[in-house]
Amino acid sequence: MEVPIAFLVGVLFASGLYLMMQRNLLRFVFGLLLLSGSVNVLIFTAGRLTRGLPPIIPGGLDAPVGAVANALPQAVVLTAIVIGFGLIVFTLVLLLRVYERLGTVETDELGPALARSEDRTEEAS
Amino acid sequence: MSVLVVAPVVLPLLSAALLLVLRGRRELQRVLATGATAALLVVAAVLLAQVRSQGILAVQFGGWPAPFGITFVADHLAAIMVLITAVMALASALYALRDIDPEREARGYHPLVQVLLAGINGAFLTGDLFNLYVWFEVLLIASFVLLTLGNRRAQLEGGIKYVSVNLLSSMLFLTAIGLLYGLTGTLNMADLALALPQQDAGLVTTIAVLFMVAFGIKAAVFPLFFWLPASYHTPPIAISAFFAGMLTKVGVYALIRTFTLLFVADVGYTHTILLWVGGLTMVTGVLTAAAQSDVRKILSFHIISQIGYMIVGLALYTPLALAGAVFYLIHNIIAKANLFLIAGIARRLTGSFDLDRIGGLFKAAPFLSALFLISALGLAGIPPLSGFWAKLLVVLAALEVANWWIAGVALGVGLLTLFSMTKIWQYAYWSPLPEGARLATRPSRLLYVPVVGLAALTLLLGLWSQPLISLGDAAAAELLDPSRYVAAVFGEGAPAVPSGVGSEGGAP
Repeated sequence: MEVPIAFLVGVLFASGLYLMMQRNLLRFVFGLLLLSGSVNVLIFTAGRLTRGLPPIIPGGLDAPVGAVANALPQAVVLTAIVIGFGLIVFTLVLLLRVYERLGTVETDELGPALARSEDRTEEAS
Repeated sequence: MSVLVVAPVVLPLLSAALLLVLRGRRELQRVLATGATAALLVVAAVLLAQVRSQGILAVQFGGWPAPFGITFVADHLAAIMVLITAVMALASALYALRDIDPEREARGYHPLVQVLLAGINGAFLTGDLFNLYVWFEVLLIASFVLLTLGNRRAQLEGGIKYVSVNLLSSMLFLTAIGLLYGLTGTLNMADLALALPQQDAGLVTTIAVLFMVAFGIKAAVFPLFFWLPASYHTPPIAISAFFAGMLTKVGVYALIRTFTLLFVADVGYTHTILLWVGGLTMVTGVLTAAAQSDVRKILSFHIISQIGYMIVGLALYTPLALAGAVFYLIHNIIAKANLFLIAGIARRLTGSFDLDRIGGLFKAAPFLSALFLISALGLAGIPPLSGFWAKLLVVLAALEVANWWIAGVALGVGLLTLFSMTKIWQYAYWSPLPEGARLATRPSRLLYVPVVGLAALTLLLGLWSQPLISLGDAAAAELLDPSRYVAAVFGEGAPAVPSGVGSEGGAP
């Protein structure tokens, strides 16, 4: 099962990086989303995949019996999802602000838009 | 004891929570934020003293023994970095009292700085790779908001570059963590130090290079530095100065940590790359700086150039070189941040950061000129200031292993740094004020307090450098002997580090 998932991660990574190299910053964010998703799948796969074996310790014992799913990648991925969520939301808000203040989300036009704007020089202190 | 190791993280987090609750009560926030930063300085000093007397300290969270729980480790390097963070935090907090406008304060400047501090200290102290990622994200998100706080157009435009490149770096970092976990089944750094020598060297080196790229972006090394000069000049000076001093150095710290503790199996390959990267970083940074006319941009490119020296210190991988890298870190954080703060005061006097539009500072503000000279000459490495010893150690280390070209490059870049600093001196201080421009009224005396303090530190570290050099030696000795780190984490009866790890030398 690991091999097809590894290929899936590869495809997701490539698509994410392709989108991140676009000029439109919104596509950059979509690329970031794909990339962060594919990294999570990668970590999950790195912990080896098992099906239907919940890591539950039977009552009265100190350790699970037999082979069980690896719980650590799940905890790591959960943390990474939450962090990724926060970062993506911040990036989206930043993009919205950029669009409001500079009127564009095209990377090529950000510099000229800034040069045209009046508060290009440092703010008054 | 265990409280002491986590205190540099817990204290800022608690202050951040308290400051959030006190939103809108500006005076109270200012007093509390300054007080909390001063308390952090005390805690950090006590921590370093403890590490000095007792060796490496380790704490296991929740009582889970390593490698199962999350570990915090304070060795010499981590404790030194925590202390310098606290020093810089206090300097920028004092400066911020007169520099940050009420609107930014109302929008959460104070709690954000505390979160940033917690993230930085967490990154220095953690002994777990995934936990390092988490602290990196904590400090990143705080720095994102601080950088764009105020919504100026220039800030937003710079912020986009800063955010996008740093997020890409985080993704690469996380990927490398995932692959390393898949390979070894552990994320505890001490455990990894034990497990990695038994793995396939080629795979480990591949992952090592992925880490190098991820941390290289954060440390702003050649050719991954372009986000830094695009963004660091946009926020207010109190924020710029702290970023310029500290943030890239967290990346440098992560490089030093991983490439002394974890990826030492193929030093001839990885550290040779680092040596080239370090050399090119020094040269490109200093040459691009020469072409700028905005003081903040000149200084930003010099951040990059100076990072090169630290990377070279790591790449040479000898006790003297690593001690030099540690000394360089401390010296550079102080001198660089101070130059930003001085540029901020000069801007208040002259109304601009642009060298073509300012002048006459030597006549108008002789005291500020003296402070600038101390920091600028310190940065360039003129004796008896701190930069001289920092450069001397790195150059000596290069000569020691007969690496003539890197020693030559280091000296040449020092000369070019001096050229850049005299350029600022020439235009901003010596030349007369341009036609039509006039000097503003004298800025608040409080702004001078942190600047004088940091300039005094630069002078002190130059005239009385032995304590810091011996600290650097102690840190280097620990870094080159990972078994001490491993023993501290696993406590008594620690498994032995396999041979091949911790052997000294092997410089490329």
